[in-house]
Amino acid sequence: MEAVNIFVKSIFIDNMIFAYFLGMCSYLAVSKTVKTAVGLGAAVIFVLGITVPINYLLENFVLMEGALTWVDPSFATVDLSFLSFIMFIAVIASMVQLVEMIVEKFAPALYGALGIFLPLIAVNCSILGGALFMQERQYTNIGDATVFGLGSGVGWFLAIVAIAAIREKIRYSNVPAPLRGLGITFIITGLMGLGFMAFMGIEL
Amino acid sequence: MAVNKNSNAFTFVFAIIMVVVVGAVLSFAAISLKPLQVKNNIDKKMINILTSIGVEADRTNAKEIFYANITARYILNSNGEIISTREGEVESTDREDPFNVDIKKEFRDPTLTVEERNYPLYVASIDGEDVAIIPLVGKGLWGPIWGYVALESDFNTIYGANFDHTTETPGLGAEIRESWFSKPFVGKTIYDDAGDLVSVSVVKGTADPDNPHAVDGITGGTITSHGVDEMLERTFGVYDAYFKNNSQISQK
Amino acid sequence: MSTETAVAANEQEVVKEAVPREPLFSAKNKRLLTDPLNDDNPITVQVLGICSALAITVQVQQAVVMCMSVLFVMVFGNMIISAMRNVIPSRIRIIVQLVVVAALVILVDQILKAFLPDIAEKLSVFIGLIITNCIIMGRFEAFAMGNKVWPSALDGVGNAIGYAWILVAVAVVREIFGSGSISFPGIGQIKFLPQSFFEAGYMNNNMMILPPMALITVGVIIWIQRSKNQKLIEEN
Repeated sequence: MEAVNIFVKSIFIDNMIFAYFLGMCSYLAVSKTVKTAVGLGAAVIFVLGITVPINYLLENFVLMEGALTWVDPSFATVDLSFLSFIMFIAVIASMVQLVEMIVEKFAPALYGALGIFLPLIAVNCSILGGALFMQERQYTNIGDATVFGLGSGVGWFLAIVAIAAIREKIRYSNVPAPLRGLGITFIITGLMGLGFMAFMGIEL
Repeated sequence: MAVNKNSNAFTFVFAIIMVVVVGAVLSFAAISLKPLQVKNNIDKKMINILTSIGVEADRTNAKEIFYANITARYILNSNGEIISTREGEVESTDREDPFNVDIKKEFRDPTLTVEERNYPLYVASIDGEDVAIIPLVGKGLWGPIWGYVALESDFNTIYGANFDHTTETPGLGAEIRESWFSKPFVGKTIYDDAGDLVSVSVVKGTADPDNPHAVDGITGGTITSHGVDEMLERTFGVYDAYFKNNSQISQK
Repeated sequence: MSTETAVAANEQEVVKEAVPREPLFSAKNKRLLTDPLNDDNPITVQVLGICSALAITVQVQQAVVMCMSVLFVMVFGNMIISAMRNVIPSRIRIIVQLVVVAALVILVDQILKAFLPDIAEKLSVFIGLIITNCIIMGRFEAFAMGNKVWPSALDGVGNAIGYAWILVAVAVVREIFGSGSISFPGIGQIKFLPQSFFEAGYMNNNMMILPPMALITVGVIIWIQRSKNQKLIEEN
């Protein structure tokens, strides 16, 4: 099934962190403990799963060349794609704001635990990256786009939880001083990326 | 009069002015740069078509070389009948010009059936021989793949091919762009001795060099290779009617 | 009550003292340019802007074009935000910053598509991702919102160059080992290693072109930088 294929591929092969390095800043900053990593990862899955389909609708009914024909057939040559960046980021910022309000209302404990990281998701490269990849790959239906969004989120979640788990353990190792913290994290992430490349070529 | 920066009214007015200014600046930039961007796309398309027949061109001379080599262009329907022809300069607003047919867009459109799409065909004159060039579009691993195949005047032997994409994995599926992938197509035939259309298969692993209907696939780029395979088979299938009507290929 | 008026009087006196205009390239301003190169490097110290640093360092020419785009957005963005800093309503501050960045990036994208289409194709989504490049929003908040236009412009230049030299360093390493050549924008790839190396059995390290090696290369650069600059070593 096409959708399952896209889902699995976006988790393992085209992983947002290991293949495209999107969302690195918060990935490095929040991965010191597994608990915060899980919280942020879950939030990213949620935001990606919502914003990619919405941006898909925006792209196909407003931005693409000829997308506005449902308003009036004479608009067939109107090409608003140069506004894509601004519209996508506007959707993302508003969605994150909405998610923040919902979480605050219905799960105040989670809201407190996530703290500042929730609003920071808006500038997480992986969210905008998800929307831009969706635009570039020209998915044909909203189901594929949604599955891609969710899969990318799950891939990001996997990556950040894995590195957090390793970083928790590595505090007890003898890492050379100049490599401590940031340096060794980069190298470990690189090695994990190498490992994930083993999934290339998977066909379902 | 000190304006309260944080009042609702000020915020509102500021936001509106900002939207108008930004909108105006961006629209102005987009509109004034559009002609250049359109020209770049046209040049790229011409370069791709010329590459499939082995003619080198770059962005400075693409137009002249294109018009010098391509002698005719047609749009065919799914029955192989010519429904439009053009010669001379391409008018970018002319929707009936074969050059302006956007096969990628038509392929993606779920409301267009195979019968309703347009099938461009270009004719180049090389050393006195007519070479036909047909555009292809298909699905790769992540996004669309496309390309051009040139056939000799017997509509059977491949004269040249080139393929392109923007989304395939670098080092794997992306290799369809490289000459090591497209060169082996030269000389392969798409009809077998019985006159049946067999296309050229992109085989996993190594193809038998004596097999006139197969080329090597990309190791690790199986899905993209399948995409090329399917694209060739499907496209040749549509142009089959035109080929048979205009050449010596006959069902024996 | 009397202390209040005394304090107020003192403040007024302090304000009335003529503040000499700061020279364009005073020591303080010069530090805005030099700090981000080492002590305050956006990538290796502030940990911002990593995403693009890794993704488009496969070829030097891609890295150079990306750096120039970031320089453009950072300098003009900093200047615009700084010029507007007393007018922006605090409630929509972040949104205004986002809009300014997005608009500048769209301009860069349109210009690239018109004048450097082949490179624009290779950079594809990563031009758009300059919007979420943490360095830009980070500097808006940390500097431009509280400083005048000229120092903000210098801060933009300094941080952009600090970002750029790391990118180019990684790109040079990856391209030399991965393709045996160096590419310059407008000129294309120039083969670096003589053919005799290849005939003797040397092969390009294809792994360098793949993403994981970018991470490891940056890790090594951090290692070298922190060995030289002991101040940056993290406490455990």
